[in-house]
Amino acid sequence: MPIVFQKPRALTDAPLHYCPGCTHGIVHRLAAQAIDELGVQGRTVGVASVGCSVMCYDYFACDMVQAPHGRAQAVATGLKRACPENVIFTYQGDGDLAAIGTAETVHAATRGENITVIFINNAIYGMTGGQMAPTSLPGQVTQTTPYGRDTDTAGYPVKVCELLSTLDGVAFAQRVAVDNVKNVNAARKAIKKAFQYQLEGKGYSIVEVLSTCPTNWGLSPVEALKWLQDNMMPYYPLGVFKDVPEGVKKGGAAL
Amino acid sequence: MKVLMKGNEALAEAAIRAGCRHFFGYPITPQTELAAYMSKRMPKVNGTYLQAESEVAAVNMVLGAAAAGARAMTSSSSPGISLKSEGISYMAGSDLPALIINVQRGGPGLGGIQPSQADYWQATKATGHGDFQILVFAPSTVQEMVDLVSDAFDAADRWRMPAMILADGMLGQMMEPVSLPEEGRAQLVDKPWAACGHGDSRPHNVINSLYLTPDKLEELVMTRYHRYQLVKEQEQRAEAYLCEDADLVIVAYGASARVARSAVNKAREQGYKVGLIRPITLWPFPVQALKKAAATAKSFLVVEMSMGQMVDDVKLAIDCRVPVHFYGRTGGMIPTPNQVLEDVERIMEHG
Repeated sequence: MPIVFQKPRALTDAPLHYCPGCTHGIVHRLAAQAIDELGVQGRTVGVASVGCSVMCYDYFACDMVQAPHGRAQAVATGLKRACPENVIFTYQGDGDLAAIGTAETVHAATRGENITVIFINNAIYGMTGGQMAPTSLPGQVTQTTPYGRDTDTAGYPVKVCELLSTLDGVAFAQRVAVDNVKNVNAARKAIKKAFQYQLEGKGYSIVEVLSTCPTNWGLSPVEALKWLQDNMMPYYPLGVFKDVPEGVKKGGAAL
Repeated sequence: MKVLMKGNEALAEAAIRAGCRHFFGYPITPQTELAAYMSKRMPKVNGTYLQAESEVAAVNMVLGAAAAGARAMTSSSSPGISLKSEGISYMAGSDLPALIINVQRGGPGLGGIQPSQADYWQATKATGHGDFQILVFAPSTVQEMVDLVSDAFDAADRWRMPAMILADGMLGQMMEPVSLPEEGRAQLVDKPWAACGHGDSRPHNVINSLYLTPDKLEELVMTRYHRYQLVKEQEQRAEAYLCEDADLVIVAYGASARVARSAVNKAREQGYKVGLIRPITLWPFPVQALKKAAATAKSFLVVEMSMGQMVDDVKLAIDCRVPVHFYGRTGGMIPTPNQVLEDVERIMEHG
C-alpha cells in the first residue's frame, strides 16, 4: 500500500511533552516538513529557546542548540556566521522573542541575518504557568494580570510582524495561524518559504504563528481555538507584512 | 622579528594567529583597540567581525559559533563582563570552549576607566550562576598576552570549557615589542560534538545545559568537577622569581606583578631577601608553586590593584602556615614600586 501520510523525517521518535490541545506539535510538524521537503536536514541546525518549547532539541532530528532565554537569534547569528552553508532556524515563544529577547530579535532582523525565525505567539507565558506575555491582549486575564491587562499600567501588546517589517534587513515576515486546516496549510507554505529565502541567501525571514495555550488560558482545546479566532485574530491580523523576493543582501547569498 | 604592539592589538592579532575567525564584541573602554583591530583584520582573513547590539548578544553569538565548533571569542572590560556572565554560565553548562578577554577597569558599577584587578573574584569564583569554573590566564607583558591567547584557546578546547584572559587597562594600553607566532600554524582539534549539521551521517548533536532531573544534573556537574580536578593538576602555572632564599614572598599577577618585580629588585639592593610568585593561571590557582615557596618563606605579601581579592586564595594555598600581608590600590590607582617597598621594609623590620 502506498504511504500517503507519515511523520516527517526531521522529527525524532521522542514523544512530545506538550499539553493536550497545544499547537506546538502542529508547528513542529510544519517546520520538520519544510526541512524534509527542502532536503536540508543534514545541514540544518535549530536553536531551541527557553519556554515550553525548550525541549524541541529532543524533537527535531537535526543538530540542535539550546539558547539562554531571549538569546536564540544571537546564538543563531553565531551559528550562521560560523557555518554560512548551514540552514539555521530558531523556534521561539512570545516571552522569549518579544520581551527578554527584543534586542536580539530587532538587531538580528535589522542586520538581515540570513536565518529563519519561527515565532509562536500564544499571548501568554506557558512554561512558568500563565503570566502576562508581551503579546497578551488588552484586558486579558493572566496570572500576573488578574484584573485583566490594563494598558495604562502594563502597556500594549507588541505586534512583532508589524514592528519588524519596518526594518530594511527583513526579507520576509508573515503572520499565520494554526486554528483550522486552511490556515495550517497557509502556515506550512509560509514556513517553507521562510526556509527557502534563507537557502537563497535573501536575508532574515520570520513566520509568526498565532497559537493556543488551552492550559494557561483555562479553556478546552476547542474553546481555545475559538478564543484565538475571536480575540487574537482581530488584534493580530494574518497576512504577509514584508516580502522582498530579490532579497535584502547586496552581496547576494554570501552571508 | 619583533614588532612594537599595543596590548589590546597584540591580543587580537594573537587570536587570529591562533586560528580564531569569529569575533563578536561591543565597544567599551579600555579594550576598544582590540575590537577595532579585529574589524580591520578579520575581513582580510575571511573571518567574522560582528559588532553586536549588547555584551549579552555578543557572548551568545560566541556561544553559537562555539557550538558550531568554531574557535570564537569576545572581549570586553569589567561592566561588560558582568553582562556576559549569563552566556559564560551557559557555555560552561554546555561544555563549550571559547575565549573571553577582560581588560579590567575600576569598579563596582560604571566605576572608572583606569586599570584595575577588581574582577578577580568574578573571574575565578563566580563568573555566572551555578557550579562551574572557567580557565583564567593572567598575562603581565604584551608578549605574554600573545602567548597566552593561543594557550587559552588550546586549553579551552582540551577541557571543553570557557577560558578567560584577565588583563587590565594598563596592559591593554601599553606598547612593548613582541614576537608573533607564524600565521597558519594553529592546530585546530576535531570537535565531533559540534552542532554544525549531521550530514545524515550521525545522530543529531544537541548542545544543551537543561537537565530537569536533579540526579542527572548532579551527575553531570560532578563529572565536570572531576574534569576540573584534572585541570587543577595539569594546568597550574606560575613564575617564581628569586624565591629560593626569600624570607618574604610577594604574590602578584598581571600589571601589579610588574610593580612587585621592581619592588623585589629594589629590596634585594637593600639586602632584603624578597622574592615573587607570579600566578600565570588564576584558575586553576598555582597552589603547588605557593606551597613550595611556603616551605622556606617566613611571610607573604599579596600585592593587587583591588581590595585584596586574591589574599584568601594565597592563605588557603599555604594552609595559613605563615602570615599573609596585603598591599593594594584600587579604583584605577596603580601602586608604585616604592609604596610596595615601604610595605616590604615594614614587614621585614617589624613582622
